[in-house]
Amino acid sequence: MAQILVWADHDGAVLKDATRNAVTAAAQLGAVHVLVAGSGVAGVAQAAAMISGVAKVLVADDAAYAHGLAENVAPLILGLMADHDAFVAPATTTGKNIAPRVAALLDVAQISEILSVEGPKRFTRPIYAGNAIATVESSDAKLVITVRGTAFAKAGDAGSAQIETIGTTGDRGQSSFIGAEVATSERPELTSARVVVSGGRALKDAPTFEQVLFPLADRLGAAVGASRAAVDAGYAPNDCQVGQTGKIVAPEVYIAVGISGAIQHLAGMKDSKIIVAINKDEEAPIFQIADIALVADLFEAVPALTASL
Amino acid sequence: MKIMVPVKRVLDYNVKPRVKADGSGVDLANAKMSLNPFDEIAVEEAVRLKEQGIASEVLVVSVGQAKAQDVLRTALAMGADRAILVQCDTEVEPLAIAKILQVIADDEAPGLILLGKQAIDDDSNQVGQMLAALLGRPQGTFASKLVVEGDHVLVTREVDGGLETLRLSLPAIVTTDLRLNEPRYASLPGIMKAKSKPLATKTPADYGVDVTPRLTTLKVSEPAVRGAGIRVADVAGLVVKLRELGVA
Ligand SMILES: Cc1cc2nc3c(=O)[nH]c(=O)nc-3n(C[C@H](O)[C@H](O)[C@H](O)COP(=O)(O)OP(=O)(O)OC[C@H]3O[C@@H](n4cnc5c(N)ncnc54)[C@H](O)[C@@H]3O)c2cc1C
Ligand SMILES: Nc1ncnc2c1ncn2[C@@H]1O[C@H](COP(=O)(O)O)[C@@H](O)[C@H]1O
Repeated sequence: MAQILVWADHDGAVLKDATRNAVTAAAQLGAVHVLVAGSGVAGVAQAAAMISGVAKVLVADDAAYAHGLAENVAPLILGLMADHDAFVAPATTTGKNIAPRVAALLDVAQISEILSVEGPKRFTRPIYAGNAIATVESSDAKLVITVRGTAFAKAGDAGSAQIETIGTTGDRGQSSFIGAEVATSERPELTSARVVVSGGRALKDAPTFEQVLFPLADRLGAAVGASRAAVDAGYAPNDCQVGQTGKIVAPEVYIAVGISGAIQHLAGMKDSKIIVAINKDEEAPIFQIADIALVADLFEAVPALTASL
Repeated sequence: MKIMVPVKRVLDYNVKPRVKADGSGVDLANAKMSLNPFDEIAVEEAVRLKEQGIASEVLVVSVGQAKAQDVLRTALAMGADRAILVQCDTEVEPLAIAKILQVIADDEAPGLILLGKQAIDDDSNQVGQMLAALLGRPQGTFASKLVVEGDHVLVTREVDGGLETLRLSLPAIVTTDLRLNEPRYASLPGIMKAKSKPLATKTPADYGVDVTPRLTTLKVSEPAVRGAGIRVADVAGLVVKLRELGVA
């Protein structure tokens, strides 16, 4: 049976949910080994060992891996690939940063953001902002894959994998972590929320964006998203951007407020179960994919909606 | 310090892609093509570094059909100094692109290589990271800020949780995100000047790179289309619907 190495995405303390989607995809290819690389990651390793379908957790605990620096982590993975047939990473910013570096070191192509596993070496993946779906087959001896989280279910918590500590490849001394501005919010995480309320350029400025959308999001227990235009204009932080080049979400309900529906935005949310759109322009392209459409001025409609929920 | 900027010619972002009826790919015949938007941002950043006196020369490189000359001329009109077209009529995968760029980088010894984070046609998001691996150099992907300080560069990255800053020793590879800058439009004098800037044409064989694809595309299909929805008359109607869905 093929052996698959899955990258565990985490922030040093908490295992990211995207790892569970990647495990589901990887399990279709062979026996799943999860790599937890970081500093002080015993807790993360334990969480990984509980994921259903995981056969083994490999832990590399070293300060050099603390911030997932690709220069340090790629040689570690390269070494492990001697005993594995595929490297699978969630298509998070960490996974996207590391996986191609590994692929090049292995001299294999990477298959980005797979949507389905069609065979041992055959996958579907979106191209052109999801306006086309390509079925591709690899001819390489080993596979390197990133997984689009919204396309695979999250593996459950019924596992009890053994945890094995592995050696370190050390610090290459080429890069170092200086600092982070981490967005903190009481709201659910954007890519795993059940409901998302997203705002666009129509929201005018950051205070207006917050005054109009946050009460609605809080009433619904929703995460807050944004279009690129809203992020570029500083209404919302970059980690809120939904779209082709931002985050991909597929909640049960996506509420687009004052968003026109450019293909780059649709690419990030069109797999939502129910799409609600509020826009004052009845010709707005977002209405072509909305399940529930309200043509209205958002500055009247959204507060009224919040008040009646 | 020399800066190298690899650029790709892609379907313009304003054009809705159409899948060919025979499932062989996306129809690009007569479609408007442009410089990949993330590469425009990379060119802009390189030109700004030159204007600040940090860079001495900006070299742009594209692998593609003869028509990729157009996007190289656009980059030259924005202020790049020199271009290399690596002509190849078949599609080249990210790994082979990275290998070609590796050989050029070995030749040219740029202090910084700026790429887009992703080409908006294949949406691969690979070449920069692959090139960094092949050159054995550090990488700063998805950059929204870049500060060159002596023998290193500080790169602020757009990550899922917010922003993070890394310090990379030079030479380094950086890929651009949307917030790094707002690219300029090429001026008319810029366009005129670009016509006489040097543009060398090469082939993958000149660099000894085998561009045989590792992946076979078996089929390209349309994604599932969403059925038409309903229109509610007012907020009260929307509330009813949301209640039915169990959202509120
Ligand atoms: C390389 C590249 C990558 C990109 N990546 C992304 C991406 O990942 N995500 C993304 O979202 N975009 C992305 N874009 C940008 C995309 O092309 C659009 O420009 C962007 O999505 C538009 O944002 P918007 O809908 O908020 O703004 P607009 O298109 O300006 O739409 C505003 C909407 O608000 C409506 N409106 C105005 N006032 C009111 C009111 N009072 N009440 C109700 N409605 C109102 C208007 O009718 C309009 O439909 C990308 C673009 C490029 C070139
Ligand atoms: N054919 C090409 N020629 C030159 N540079 C390219 C080419 N393809 C991709 N690149 C560069 O690599 C980046 C990432 O592309 P990709 O990995 O294909 O998404 C692009 O933004 C370009 O900077």
